[in-house]
Amino acid sequence: MTDTAPVLEVRDLHVSFPTRTGVVRAVDGVSFSLARGLTTCVVGESGSGKSVTARSILQIVDTPGRITGGQILFHRKDGSTLDLAAMDPRGRAIRDLRGDEIAMIFQEPMSSLSPVHKVGDQVGEAVRLHLGLSRRQARERAIDLLASVEIPDPHRAVDRYTFEFSGGMRQRVMIAMALACDPAVLIADEPTTALDVTTQAEILDLIGRLQQQRGMTVMFITHDMGVVAEIAHDVVVMERGKVRESGPVRSLFASPRDAYTRMLLGNVTKLERPSDIRLKRVEPPVPPPPILRIENLSMVFPIVKGIMRRKVGEVRAVDGVTLEVRPGETLGIVGESGSGKTSLGRCILRVTDPTGGAIHYRREDGTEIDLAKAEGEALRAARREIRMVFQDPFASLNPRMTVAQIVGEPLLVNGLARGAELRDRVSALLERVGIEPGWAERYPHAFSGGQRQRICIARALALKPRVIVADEATAALDVSLRARMLDLLLDLQDELNLAYVFISHDISVIRYMCDRVAVMHRGKVVETGEATQVCDNPTHAYTKALLSAVPRPDPEARRIHLRHRYVAAAE
Amino acid sequence: MLAYIFRRLVWMVPSLVAVSFLAFFLIQLPPGDYVTTYVATLAASNEIVDQRTAQELRERFGLEQPFIVQYWKWITGILLRGDFGLSFEWQQPVSGLIWERMGLTLLLTSSTLAMTWAIALPIGVLSAVRQYSVVDYFFTFIAFLGLAIPGFLLALVLMYVAVVHFGQDVGGLFSEEYQTAPWSFDKFVDLLAHLWVPVVILAVNGTAGLVRVMRANMLDELHRPYVTTARAKGLSEIRLLIKYPVRLAINPLISTIGWMLPQLISGATIVAVVMSLPIAGPLLLQALLSQDMYLAGAFLLLMCTLTLVGMLLSDILLALVDPRIRYD
Repeated sequence: MTDTAPVLEVRDLHVSFPTRTGVVRAVDGVSFSLARGLTTCVVGESGSGKSVTARSILQIVDTPGRITGGQILFHRKDGSTLDLAAMDPRGRAIRDLRGDEIAMIFQEPMSSLSPVHKVGDQVGEAVRLHLGLSRRQARERAIDLLASVEIPDPHRAVDRYTFEFSGGMRQRVMIAMALACDPAVLIADEPTTALDVTTQAEILDLIGRLQQQRGMTVMFITHDMGVVAEIAHDVVVMERGKVRESGPVRSLFASPRDAYTRMLLGNVTKLERPSDIRLKRVEPPVPPPPILRIENLSMVFPIVKGIMRRKVGEVRAVDGVTLEVRPGETLGIVGESGSGKTSLGRCILRVTDPTGGAIHYRREDGTEIDLAKAEGEALRAARREIRMVFQDPFASLNPRMTVAQIVGEPLLVNGLARGAELRDRVSALLERVGIEPGWAERYPHAFSGGQRQRICIARALALKPRVIVADEATAALDVSLRARMLDLLLDLQDELNLAYVFISHDISVIRYMCDRVAVMHRGKVVETGEATQVCDNPTHAYTKALLSAVPRPDPEARRIHLRHRYVAAAE
Repeated sequence: MLAYIFRRLVWMVPSLVAVSFLAFFLIQLPPGDYVTTYVATLAASNEIVDQRTAQELRERFGLEQPFIVQYWKWITGILLRGDFGLSFEWQQPVSGLIWERMGLTLLLTSSTLAMTWAIALPIGVLSAVRQYSVVDYFFTFIAFLGLAIPGFLLALVLMYVAVVHFGQDVGGLFSEEYQTAPWSFDKFVDLLAHLWVPVVILAVNGTAGLVRVMRANMLDELHRPYVTTARAKGLSEIRLLIKYPVRLAINPLISTIGWMLPQLISGATIVAVVMSLPIAGPLLLQALLSQDMYLAGAFLLLMCTLTLVGMLLSDILLALVDPRIRYD
């Protein structure tokens, strides 16, 4: 495998979580090793046990989980070997290793940092603890560390709070914190999952550079095969607490031996091109008139300050956007966080009132209504025909309502069905999205993420809409579920002649799903066109930068370090 | 922040005008007036007051004038001269009566608060960290018991035990010999010797509730990712507990300190009546019963002002302890 000696060996590790219904074996006989100075990626979908494995190394598995068997051998620089699995999780021995010789960074840089302690305090904490530095020395060290992770103006940054930073900067703070004591091993648990692609590319670059400078060993946990292909030296594929396959990245991508690995890779490559369902479609000879015409739409938030609440500036969330959506068509809106794509979706549904421009909605009878100004019954009628599917299937379903109540609610509140008829229609809707109608009396917590998103779709379909705005509808799902969810949406589109406004930050999902794409940057649409054209031959510099930052599942052609960078022209 | 405080203070003015008007209106709402009550009290002890005397009393107190005139006299007196009017019942200026009791009330309330927090917070933290353990169940049981027992009942039992078994009178805040004596070190010591009984009684109720709130807040914070981060740094459990989750779990409680201010007047009334404590609550109750309108009005107005000030204080405190909160 590699010629260097392993720095960490996991042998037949078992971690279980006792629950009321029995013992869950989250990690079930896992063995692998980390080669010194190299990057090992642990890849798997949610529930595969990859995160628990990583936490077991530092013995910080959440209660009630605990290590029930196996060894974790840590070979130190001085030649001694420790078995981390045998240590007391609250003991001195393991605490001295944590943050000193083995450090960890986490997925969500906002919630993984304390909101009420200054950055310098949190970054310098480990050196005060392990190296016994004074408060002042720790502060100096924190400034150096912030500089080494390329945070601008570290002397000021050290006295700020984490919420004053963007997501990418917070993750840099997190990395600085982990590097504080020059660890031999850095464990990164999905550190870029919550970030935009361009930010992800920067963080991956940064980790790579720091690893080379310091000769660190990196264990990188991810669900993204593209990231694996970009950075891994060795790969460990996990599923349901077991290792399915491990080996050097090139041979694993070129000739996967395990069926599950092949499935993972297959799902990723499937999303590399347009969906078969879409390719089979026949273009109508005369394009129908657009169902939505968005003209010069803007949504401006004022910034007020001082005693008199004077307006001192404004945030242009949506800035003069002009777009069209045709019946039966999917328009993709792609952009990074803060690009205004979600604000645009909210304006279409009139969840927020746009401050300028018009949204012409063409009703079934051919008349048009301006949604930006509509009020009362006209707005309510239009809203019945334009529905929304949200990103987080866990947060967007009321946990105290049964599935039947959730899906039936739009019908009930609009007075369209009740009693036996309501039940029948709910059953039909659930069946259509692939949920067993017999489960309608269950509560959302009984369903998995993918099933919940299906329930959300059923709820959106209840009022026979003509337009569905889907805001990152597949972002919270595993890759294997993502493709199936998109196929379901495409089937429904064919069947019901739905128009989709599909908001996403994920280029591969856009390419698979959308007919046309609009690329948004800072509230403006910088480029529109056919999906394949925009995704393969972008013309705008921003689109080029965005596309080149997407990691591709090909270890032979690593390229994000060669990506285009887009610096917005001064406005 | 300063701009925010200034804006809030400006907004307080119309609120106070509205509130004072309402307070004055409310104390006039019950049928009859102080003279009616006075006549009735005298009649109960077989003293007959004829209609003319009653009429004279009414004129003397200005009770015949229209509502708005009475209000105007009252409010201008307060604003211009700090004169809250005359208590009919006590035949003394209202301000003198109030300030005398406010000092003792403040002492009692603040010592109760300090004791409540000192006991409740550590127990709440312990209960959360050892959730569903014997310790947790034990304190949960005690806490619910404390919640369920009315303060006045506890006061009665304590007084009974003290008198019957120890031959000691624990009512009031002073022994008889210090009741009217001027302030001295001995009187202060005597006050402390009496003070602990009502403080314990009042703290039992408050503690029970606060333990549950602190436990719930802690349980929310304990499983936050930043706790795992701190653990991954190698901090010991007790250090990371105090530095991170406890610090965040206390935040919502700090904002409730401001709400305690109106409690200064209305709090602990029943216990105070049972134990004959010379604090504000029983006086307010008596003023309302006898329709001593200027005294009651002054209390109501003070309570409303304290509520408004307390809410502002809460908001400022919260902004100080939680850097995420900005009021600009």
